[in-house]
Amino acid sequence: MALQLVLSGNGDLMEIIGLSLYVSLSALLIASALGLFIGAALAVTRFPGRGAALVVLNALMGLPPVVVGLLVYLYLSRSGPLGFMGLLYTPTAMIIAQTVLITPIIAALSRQVLEDLYEEYREQFRSLSVPWRIEMGALVWDARYSLLTVALAGFGRAVAEVGAVIIVGGNIDHLTRVMTTAIALETSKGDLALALALGIVLLTIALTINGLVMTVRMTASRNAYA
Amino acid sequence: MLDRAPCVDTPSISAVAAQASAVMPIICRRLVYERGGRLLINAIDLDIAPGSLTVVMGPNGSGKSLLLRLLHGLIEPDTGHILWGNRRDAAAARERQAMVFQRPVLLRRSVGDNIGFVLKLRGEDTRSQREAMLTRVGLQELIKQPARRLSGGEQQRLALARALATRPDVLFLDEPTASHDPASTHMIEEAVVAAHRSGTKIVFITHDIGQARRLADDVIFLNGGRVCEHTEVGRFFSDPRTNCARGFLDGRILF
Repeated sequence: MALQLVLSGNGDLMEIIGLSLYVSLSALLIASALGLFIGAALAVTRFPGRGAALVVLNALMGLPPVVVGLLVYLYLSRSGPLGFMGLLYTPTAMIIAQTVLITPIIAALSRQVLEDLYEEYREQFRSLSVPWRIEMGALVWDARYSLLTVALAGFGRAVAEVGAVIIVGGNIDHLTRVMTTAIALETSKGDLALALALGIVLLTIALTINGLVMTVRMTASRNAYA
Repeated sequence: MLDRAPCVDTPSISAVAAQASAVMPIICRRLVYERGGRLLINAIDLDIAPGSLTVVMGPNGSGKSLLLRLLHGLIEPDTGHILWGNRRDAAAARERQAMVFQRPVLLRRSVGDNIGFVLKLRGEDTRSQREAMLTRVGLQELIKQPARRLSGGEQQRLALARALATRPDVLFLDEPTASHDPASTHMIEEAVVAAHRSGTKIVFITHDIGQARRLADDVIFLNGGRVCEHTEVGRFFSDPRTNCARGFLDGRILF
């Protein structure tokens, strides 16, 4: 029955899937821009307190989604500093929460990938007098296939989390209901067919994206670009 | 017993015209570099004049690669100083120099893009420029190949082309032909000699006595982190004046 629901292209189902992808991919895009910049900057620079910054960044990878949801809620609620923007219980609030959640993951993992590559390139870059901004760009470009896996980890965390989006989104039908919040709701209501259908879609998305990334990486590896 | 006392002559400059450069001559005074309790560079005084093709020789662990890194401004001495054209500015000196490392570090890109990366830094990346640089080392046919799929000799030639693309006043080469086949060695030597003829100062490390005889105008011989001899190439091979250089050359002949 769950499979029938998926194959039938049920309107409500498609709407939930579409919103889930929109929110998580938007968060991934913003978090990637921020996280890659932070990761690359930490990889090529040395400054007092860098070790402590890395410890904090690594610790932030384990941020509990409900805590992120609560913090974003406090900022966006009417009495909060950003309350005037009226973003609470909108997809934008969900994007913000997921961005906060996955930026440390992308920054910390990309820092590790880029720093390993920088160890290899450092002396050559220094010999060629490469400016640090160009170093950062070159590292990100040359590590792009490894960074796809980092982005994948971020997307996986974003699309699968429920705690943050339910707090700041509210799980409002036709407005902020995404796959994870819908699964939680439908399960509690006893509508297991819809919950299972959404679960199947979620797993299919995860498998498809992982398959694509692996194919790209294998192709790159064969060509010695990875 | 090897004589480590320095015996330094001023080398004669080759027929190649010495070109005026902001980073030449390179003058080292009392250079000391110590790591892990070991004195790796031991109070080196050295004048490197423009124009000549200088070969650096010496046994393993004598400090050749370290000296090149110091001369290129990649590392700083613990004590002593280096003047590049009467200035102590290592960063400014590096911009006018290039170095080819013993193990080439290539970007994870195509052959052409490895050259393009350097040309872009100079704001002159064009397809014709890329091809011209690769033609100098015989790699023009491989322009679209992934750089890391090249053979060891081809990778080193690409590293040389990339270094030459910076149009350096001084080019340092750290055993660029070590364990390469004769054809690859010949191509690298040709490109180095061509660069030298066009006015680039060359400082070249090698263990290959035949190669040193072919290329060098003057030889710096190191042993135990000290300069044992710095002399004109003919004199170095026919009449080495220190026991350490004689011992090195005798060892080569015998074994």
